[in-house]
Amino acid sequence: MTDMQSQDDVFFVRQEMLAAAPPPTRVHGVWPWMRVNLFGSVGDTILTIVGVIVALWVVVPMIEWAFIHAVWNGSRDACAAQTDGACWAFVKANLGQYIYGRYPDPERWRVNLFFLLMAAGIVPLAIPAVPYKGFNLLYLYILFPLIAGFLLVGGVFGLPMVETPLWGGLFLTLVVSYVGMAMSLPMGIVLALGRRSKMPAVQVVCVFFIEFCRGVPLITVLFMAGILLPLFLPTGVNFDKLLRALLGLSFFAAAYMAEVVRGGLQAIPKGQFEGARSLGLGYWTMMRLIILPQAITIVIPGIVNTFIGLFKDTSLVYIISIFELLYTVRNSFSDPTWAASTVPTSGLVFAAVVFWIFCFGMSRYSKFTEDRLRVGYKR
Amino acid sequence: MAVADAGRLSASRDRWYNNPLVRSIAVQIILVAAVLGSVSWFANNTVTNLHERGIASGFGFLGQRAGFDIVTFLPTNSSSTYGYMLLAGLLDTVVVSLLSIAIATVMGLIVGIARLSSNWLIRTIATVYIEVLRNIPPLLVILFFYLAVIASLPAIRDAMQVGDFTLSNRGFFMPAPVFGANFDIVLIAFLVSLAIAWGVRTWAFARRMRTGQGFPSGWVGLAIVVVLTAAAFVAAGAPLSFDIPVKTRFNINGGWTIAPEFASLFLALGIYTASFIAEIVRSGVMAVNRGQTEAARALGLQGGQVLRLVVLPQALRVIIPPLTSEYLNITKNTSLALAVGFADLVAVGNNVLNPTGQSIEVVAVWMAFYLGLSIVISVAMNWFNARIALKER
Repeated sequence: MTDMQSQDDVFFVRQEMLAAAPPPTRVHGVWPWMRVNLFGSVGDTILTIVGVIVALWVVVPMIEWAFIHAVWNGSRDACAAQTDGACWAFVKANLGQYIYGRYPDPERWRVNLFFLLMAAGIVPLAIPAVPYKGFNLLYLYILFPLIAGFLLVGGVFGLPMVETPLWGGLFLTLVVSYVGMAMSLPMGIVLALGRRSKMPAVQVVCVFFIEFCRGVPLITVLFMAGILLPLFLPTGVNFDKLLRALLGLSFFAAAYMAEVVRGGLQAIPKGQFEGARSLGLGYWTMMRLIILPQAITIVIPGIVNTFIGLFKDTSLVYIISIFELLYTVRNSFSDPTWAASTVPTSGLVFAAVVFWIFCFGMSRYSKFTEDRLRVGYKR
Repeated sequence: MAVADAGRLSASRDRWYNNPLVRSIAVQIILVAAVLGSVSWFANNTVTNLHERGIASGFGFLGQRAGFDIVTFLPTNSSSTYGYMLLAGLLDTVVVSLLSIAIATVMGLIVGIARLSSNWLIRTIATVYIEVLRNIPPLLVILFFYLAVIASLPAIRDAMQVGDFTLSNRGFFMPAPVFGANFDIVLIAFLVSLAIAWGVRTWAFARRMRTGQGFPSGWVGLAIVVVLTAAAFVAAGAPLSFDIPVKTRFNINGGWTIAPEFASLFLALGIYTASFIAEIVRSGVMAVNRGQTEAARALGLQGGQVLRLVVLPQALRVIIPPLTSEYLNITKNTSLALAVGFADLVAVGNNVLNPTGQSIEVVAVWMAFYLGLSIVISVAMNWFNARIALKER
């Protein structure tokens, strides 16, 4: 009897229904989104309010400065009168100089043609679906530099000679970064292979070079190229300052590129090397046909990141007085006909936007290849 | 033996020039010869060139009188030697690097955590910050601070003033502490109290390991340090006064000054590098598995303990190596001081190089310093990395 009672205590059967629960809160729409993402808790709400204040405090004056109070046209007087707005008139007046440097006016079509030829090589290379990548590379490495060299320097085919000290602006920035990128990639590959080589002398030389370049600031390498290189060469032998800077920049970037490529080489499973060897391939054939295509593909994002770094670093040739974009812009501030307090800020913002567009574009491209590769490697 | 085996495969493998060992030795000999050859060729040319220009090589010039003066943290004057000037530049590089590293780390940490926030607005602000700063050359950021931000501050005449602190386009002026006669007593008391606090901490930890009883060693230690140091300060007769900057019509004299060149350099480098550090912090925190947090919670650890004992040690393992290279990058980027005229090692070296023509020696000093620093920092970070590495059986 007592047993039955205790069983009654243990078992419980609900007799009535539960009260209906309220409908689920909406998860779509503006308000639910705000509740989740902006006002999740008390702390969150405070953060949001602080964030709004900060954003307004920064963004509103910026818009006012760049657009509402800005001087778009006119001369120095208009800019000097408007002290709380950008002086875009100054940028407009100097735009030709910012793009072409001191390249003579009647010859600027040559620079434009150079831009066009460059785009014609790089755009199809960047789009994965476009075929004939081999020919594309051939064009970018041999044909384009040859044409561009003759076109820009001149002195042949009836083109007047334009000395490199006259080059400048965005155009020179692009020349420097193109040469740096084109040179650093193959040099970096060779250095990376050397670093992974089993020959001790080769390995030591490559490690020394890579670690040396990565350990010192670019400025000192540029100084070395600019000041020491003429000392190292026989008396009387000298070459163009721009060319020396290009050499220094390429060596410097190659060291960084080598480390990126090495990462790719290390990611290739040992079986690939052994498989290639067992097929009877020699070292170079194995590298060319089996290893490098895989290794390079893996590290394309890393390569593009190195390119971004290189593009930003081109601004440093400024230090040895080569008129790339940033130096051209800074130099234009000393123009007495444009002496106004807003001029330096406007010029620098313009340069920043130009650099930003190129670098951001490249970083988006890097992201795009990363995503594309991840799809390819999904198992 | 290997040669004999290869011989059985085919005749062509048997040729001496196809032997891998022979090839490897030949390649190495050629490479070494080429490197040595070009180095000696360069050296030979250099000697000839220097001789023709009448420049004596060697580091003897370091002892000569420089004849120029620069503003550095070390007091210099026009009769200082070249060597002393370079030393002053080196010190400036170290100071500006350390300051930039501090700013970049703090800002990077904040922005990196903000980037992980569940709050959309905070996350977006952090993302915009990172994407804008990462894609602009550091030199441009420095120039922007120098020519746009600091240059647009008010002139001395109508400078912003809070108490004895003044902000103008000539720099940031603040009172400088002047240490009295007995200040070393306070310093010693501070160090002693630190040692005592450390002892308390060690004792508390040992007791906790033994008995499981907790002890608020942090608060007690702080109290020991504050009370002891303050007591020593009062006992020594408060040996501290301030040199307050005095404003004249066109300038401000006395006190401490943060010059525009210095400020623009460390602010720009700090803010620029913070965008990279933020991404490193974010990836580090994201690399720690969610299960780790949940397991720590299940063990009964509290919020702060979970972060301190479980998440951060694992995140640091991912964060430290790239963070090291960012710190090295900051140090190398301080060489951009040349563009704004702050006297760091490279800028001073440039000043020394022009009158003396000792370009090789100056470049050698630069390279030795930066390479040495790289090696020291890498060794230190490798040690730290090994310390926090995964402890496996």
